Amino acid sequence: MNQISRRKFVTAGLAATAGVSSVAAATVLARRYGLIPPDNGGIYGPGETLTYAAQRLLTRHSMAREFPRSMISKVPFPNEIAPPSAAFLRHQSSGFADWRLTVDGMVARPASLSLSDLRSFPSRRQNTEVVCEEGWSYVAEWIGTPLIEVLNASGVLPQARYVVYFSIEPDWWDSIDMADVMHPQTLLTYAMNDGDLPVSFGGPLRMRVPRQLGYKNVKFITRLTVTDSVKSFGKGLGSSSPEGGYAWYAGI
Amino acid sequence: MISHPRFYWGETGNDLTSPLFKIPIPSSRNLVPTGYGYVLPDQNGWSRYLHFEAAWAVVLTGVVYAIWGLWSGHFRNNLFPAPSDRTWRALLQVLRKHLRLKRPDETESYSYNGLQRTVYLAVIFGLFPLVICTGLALSPAFNSAVPAVVNSLGGRQSARTLHFFVSVILFGFLLIHVAMIVLAGFTARMRAMITGIAAAPQPRTGEDRI
Repeated sequence: MNQISRRKFVTAGLAATAGVSSVAAATVLARRYGLIPPDNGGIYGPGETLTYAAQRLLTRHSMAREFPRSMISKVPFPNEIAPPSAAFLRHQSSGFADWRLTVDGMVARPASLSLSDLRSFPSRRQNTEVVCEEGWSYVAEWIGTPLIEVLNASGVLPQARYVVYFSIEPDWWDSIDMADVMHPQTLLTYAMNDGDLPVSFGGPLRMRVPRQLGYKNVKFITRLTVTDSVKSFGKGLGSSSPEGGYAWYAGI
Repeated sequence: MISHPRFYWGETGNDLTSPLFKIPIPSSRNLVPTGYGYVLPDQNGWSRYLHFEAAWAVVLTGVVYAIWGLWSGHFRNNLFPAPSDRTWRALLQVLRKHLRLKRPDETESYSYNGLQRTVYLAVIFGLFPLVICTGLALSPAFNSAVPAVVNSLGGRQSARTLHFFVSVILFGFLLIHVAMIVLAGFTARMRAMITGIAAAPQPRTGEDRI
């Protein structure tokens, strides 16, 4: 081995050591600052973690684009929903008069709210785009209660890290981290384009998370659970989406 | 693309609006009017995970390559066309030679010709930055932080359409690139690309970097 190749060998060794230790240091920091998504395992874990961490650093307080009224889609697209369950049909036939949203988990005062209770909270209206993972999109005016208003009324405990939200339809639930929970555009949506939210768009109550893809916007919401870990929900991946092969974080 | 083989221009577009164009393939979603009587299986979950893992590999290695290329003079010395090659006539001459599928001479394996240099520069400084920008403009979270990118591309659906075309051109480049390597001698060219050393039947010159 001559002088040059030995120097190269030592340099490469030092570079590799520096690389491994910086990855280790970055992992410790990422864990401390909540930059690791629940679905961080498997061969796609590193890419998913990089995406989530990079976007969280970039977007903690950023606002989704809002559009002028003239850009509201004339024909919003009511995408496919599974045939509603008997429980949903019962609520629909009574005009959703008995629809309840329960708030439980890490809150000081668990609650059960009717739709008119929800309407008594401060409301927000915003023209934002629904962006489906399939590729299509539309802009609509969405009206609802910011999620954080409802949670603040119940007193969120300081160790909260996620809010898990459930549809009345079985096996349809998702979760978001506190950055999205506290975001002013995250709405419990009960109205759209100046009317009640139609069933085909997730009425009577849909979660709107406009900085993520459409599938995070679960329809027919009946329950919110505040938690410090999503491990105990389903397969522990934070949502029913990763159980079907889709990423938990959908800011893409 | 298979889940929605329709492309639009502007901010929004869906099954109820008219597309700029459609790809005549069946879809993996049953609400898309494709004219086919069947629906393909959904592959979007794992393929999106793979897409973003690959995107990180491209961006991270690309940054290292760009810094190294600027630092070492690789772009300036080996990719910027020589003055004599910077004419349409010189470019057409190389193009004609390529289209006749003539094997390159031994001497040509020591530097890139004018056509190669032009195309490589366009891929490195044109297509790759463009595919990354149009891709980022499809991220609702990125768009919330940096709305100027998607807005300057003409809206989300325009960005998606451009992303599709730039990917097709990049894929075309890859196919032609590999075809040329096969024609020029697969083993020798692959060795030269991976190790940076041309296997030379002739004496080495000072510049042996390919």
